[in-house]
Formats: sequence, structure tokens, C-alpha cells
Amino acid sequence: MHPILSKIRRLLLYLLVWEPITALVAYLLTATGKLSGREAVVLAMPLCLLFAFVCLSGWYSCRVTPLDKSSLSKIVTAHVGGAMVATGLWVIAARWYSHALARSGAFPGIDDRFLPEIPLLGVTGILLYLLSIAFYYVYMQFEASKDAEARMMKASVLAREAELKALKAQVNPHFLFNSLNSISALTTSNPEKAREMCILLGDFLRRTLGLGEKSTIRLEEELSLIHAFLAVEKVRFGARIQMEETVDPKALNVMVLPLLLQPLVENAVSHGIANLVEGGWIRLLIECKGSDLSIAVENKFDPDAPPRRKSGVGLVNVRQRLKARYGNLATFSYAPDGESFRVALKFPAEREVQAA
Amino acid sequence: MSAPAGETKKIRTIIVDDEDLARQVLREFITKHAEIEIIAECANGFEAVKAVMELKPDLLFLDIQMPKLDGFEVLELIGNETAVIFVTAYDSYAIKAFGVHAVDYLLKPYGADRFNGALERAKERLSGKAGKNSQELPLPTDLSASARAPLQHLDRIAVRDGTKVFIIPVAKLDYAEAQDDYVALASEGKKHLKQQTISSLEQALDPARFLRVHRSYIVNLEKVVRVEPYAKDSHVAVLSSGSQIPVSRSGYSRLREILDK
Repeated sequence: MHPILSKIRRLLLYLLVWEPITALVAYLLTATGKLSGREAVVLAMPLCLLFAFVCLSGWYSCRVTPLDKSSLSKIVTAHVGGAMVATGLWVIAARWYSHALARSGAFPGIDDRFLPEIPLLGVTGILLYLLSIAFYYVYMQFEASKDAEARMMKASVLAREAELKALKAQVNPHFLFNSLNSISALTTSNPEKAREMCILLGDFLRRTLGLGEKSTIRLEEELSLIHAFLAVEKVRFGARIQMEETVDPKALNVMVLPLLLQPLVENAVSHGIANLVEGGWIRLLIECKGSDLSIAVENKFDPDAPPRRKSGVGLVNVRQRLKARYGNLATFSYAPDGESFRVALKFPAEREVQAA
Repeated sequence: MSAPAGETKKIRTIIVDDEDLARQVLREFITKHAEIEIIAECANGFEAVKAVMELKPDLLFLDIQMPKLDGFEVLELIGNETAVIFVTAYDSYAIKAFGVHAVDYLLKPYGADRFNGALERAKERLSGKAGKNSQELPLPTDLSASARAPLQHLDRIAVRDGTKVFIIPVAKLDYAEAQDDYVALASEGKKHLKQQTISSLEQALDPARFLRVHRSYIVNLEKVVRVEPYAKDSHVAVLSSGSQIPVSRSGYSRLREILDK
């Protein structure tokens, strides 16, 4: 969208800016004293109006040579070339116009007296054209920063929403009620174990509550949250859960979004293990790959399990949060593969900045 | 079946839950009632259906989320003979469905009061008033239909032959045919009977994939190869399996509308 042509008010304002320029050009034309003031004005007014429109074309050459993505030589060539062509055409038009004025009889000999002013007109044209180019670049920069700000706002709103959703999903009613039911069972049969489970559950809940306020946490912390979660689930499912973890020690201090992996492990339990009579494995594989952190959560599952009674908001949520935080630098995929279900994610490994 | 006076007959009960501890709670509460006898414990839906068919219990405590078959699928397969008390942790749609159909249910964790209350209601149902009360009981298929999340269509159908359970993914269903109180489900060259009305099946299936082409028939649109005129005013749909399904006049215009798109 052309910044000036897109709105009639902007165009009028732009033409208004050209009024003092017109006055200036007229003044310059009288400087050598060969042209009278009236002649200068009659020459300058239509010529400047014409050039005002010629300069509008500069926007398009700015658009194709953005400052941050083009080399200096390309930028200089594009705009100096543009200035020469625009001014050249303008000068030709000026010559033709002065001839026309002379021939009309109203200003006899004006064309001859105008001729020596042509170089000055050319220089003025080039400067005005380049000035318009500078204006367009400033405008583009301004728009870009406004865009970037809007994008950042949107990303942070999304991240906040995702966090809230994650937290809501966190204190998953299913998980909570089933755990309480397990405790209820244990109070008579095994009071020791019941107390232990109360403590495990309390530990897990306290950790999740603390995490909501942080934008990132060390992977280590996320892992210990997962361990707290699994400790509770292991009381409920007993030997049905077999957890296998392979974690690259280099990954432990990578900063990750809080509650990013825990929902994936929770999914593996509720959609995988819970549907298997004999239970099954969950594999967590974390590696540093170049500058990225690569994570896979796999679980055994029954392809013939009863249909889910809960929609899989967990996975969508994780995808959104990754996207909001890392944009296109993160990848996320999930797919069933025979009797196993695999979720894979990769994102830039950011490490904690040491406080000075 | 009325027991001779003086001799109290025990209530034969099966408990179904995939979690050890959850079964343990039930067992603990049940053993406080001498009139109840646990005759079996099951950890998944298949076992539950088999046990109910073989043992014909009076009462069933049934978890909803289980491996293999969920609680509603179990209910659909065992009919209305057994009194069922659902036991579940949290499932907003299911709880709403229970409320609407006045089914006994326990929400985990539950205490002795709530357990005893549900048990009393089940006993009333089992006692002399059983005949009258079972009339009030919802059809299992209606109950499970209203426990589905809105806009969620059936993607598999559980059927039973004796004590054996078969799962038919709806993609493999060729057509369904009404037969009195049953529907016959044709899939992969076999026919399975299920106690359900064709209308309730129609409502549970995705209308974009299944069409009621006749008072007694629903077809899987993906399986329709062509439609041929049959007699005056009537047509047949020829399926990829070779089956020919009668199509009524109104069914024909609906079918045309979809196939012409």
C-alpha cells in the first residue's frame, strides 16, 4: 500500500508540503535575475506539481530495496539511478513547457531565458527525489517497528494465555480426583503410604504453582516436576508405568518454557498407560543437537483403545507456546507409529545468562 | 424372582475398575454390607462383559475410563438386566448424562454416606419394584449417546456375540439394517446384531459419512458405488461389497443431493 496514495487526506497533506518547495524553486529560478518573479512562479508551479507526483514513484523502488536486506551498492545504484531518470524526464518536460509558454505569446523568449537555469533545476530535482526516498525509508522503518511491536504484543498475549491454559490443564481434575481416590484407598490399608502420597501430591502441586510466574526454567526443574508427577501416578498405576529416561547432561541447564514437557508426559500416562491393562513404557529422550534442544516423548499405546473422552488440547497448547516463543525456529510433531505414540519437539537451546 | 421368606438372598456383585486401589476402596465399602457378595473383579471392559454374561450378577460397579472398552460401551453390551452404579473421577459430559437419566453414580473420591445412598437406590431397583423401575431406566445407547461430547460422533461400535466382544470401526461399517429391536451391522462380510434402534444409531453417526436411505437402512456413503433404479419409484444403492440396499423415494433425493455435490 502506498503510504501517500492510499488515503486522500495524506495526498492533500503531501501536496501542501510541496507548496513551500514550489516557492523555493520559484525563488531559485529568479536568483540569476534573468527570469522575472511572475515567470518563475508560472514555471515552478506546474513543474513542481508534476514532480510531486514523480517523487511518489520512489516508494516502489524503496520497497524493492529494503535497507536491511539490500547491499549498499544496490541501494545507491537504485536510488541515484532513479533520481537521474526522474529528474531527466522532469527537465525534458520543463524544456517542453517553457517552449510552449514562449510559443503561446504570453511570455515571449521565456524558453531562452530559462535555459541557463536548467542545471540548477536538475540539481534541485535530484535532491528533492533523494529527499523523498529518505522519507520513504523513515516511514518503512516506522511501520516495521510498529509491526514488530504488534507481533511481540500478540506473542506475549499468546504465551500468557497458553500458560494459563497449561496451568488449568495442570491441575487436571482427573489426575487430582483419581489421586485423592488412591489416597482414600490407602488410608485404611496402608496409612504410611497414604501419607507418602499426600506429600508427593503436595510437592507436585506446589511446584506447578510456583512455575506459572516464570517465563523460562532450567530443564532440570522441569524434569524434577515430571518426577514428582510420575511419583504420584506410580502409586495409582503401580507397576503399569515403566519410565525410561535418557537425558544429555549438557541439556540440564538449558532454559525451557515451564510446564512444556509435563503435559506431554501426562498425556502419555492418560492416553497411553491408562488404556493398557498390563501397562507400558514411557520414554523420554533429551539431546543437545548443535544449537538446538531435541526432545522426544514416546509411549506405548493401544490403537484399539476406547475413543478419547477428552479432546487433546495438551498437544495444541504445547505447539502454540513453542510457536509464540521461538517462531519458525521450533519444530513440533506427533504421530502414532504402530503401538507407540511419539511426540517430538526441537527448539533453540537457550542458556541462562550469568548475572554479572 | 422372589426369595423365600426368612432367607435373604445375597446381592451378587461385580466390580470393574482398572486401578487396584480403586477396586480396593469399593471392596472395603462393600464388605461392610453382609448382604452383598463380590463374585468377580475385573480390570477392563472386555473382562467385564464376559463376567456379566457368564455370572449374571445383580449389581455392577462400573468405572468409565478403562482399557479396551469404556464403561458406556460395557453398558450397551450388557443390556438392562443388571443394576449399574457408575464410578468415575471426572467427566463433565458423563456426569451430566447421569443427572439427566437418573443413573446411580459415585464420584471419586467418595465416602461411606454417598456409597450407602447409591447402594440403597440400587437395592430398591433390585427389589420388588424392579419391573417398574427398569422401565424408568434409560436405554444404554441413549445414556452413552448423551454422555458423548457435543459434536463428537461415534467412531467405533462395540457388539457382542455371546461372551465375545467385537469392535467395529465405523469406517468399516457397510450398512445398518433395522430388525425389530435390533440393528444388524454389516461389516467385512459379516453381520452383527446389536440391541439398539436404528434412529439412535443414525443420530450417533456422522451425518457427513452416513445416510438413512430407507426407513430400515443406513448406508456408509463411502461404500456406495452406484445407485440403480429398482422398481417404479424405488432404487437400490449398490455397495462396494456387492450388497444392494433399498433406497426409498425421500432417501433417493437425499442421496442424489449428496452424490451430486
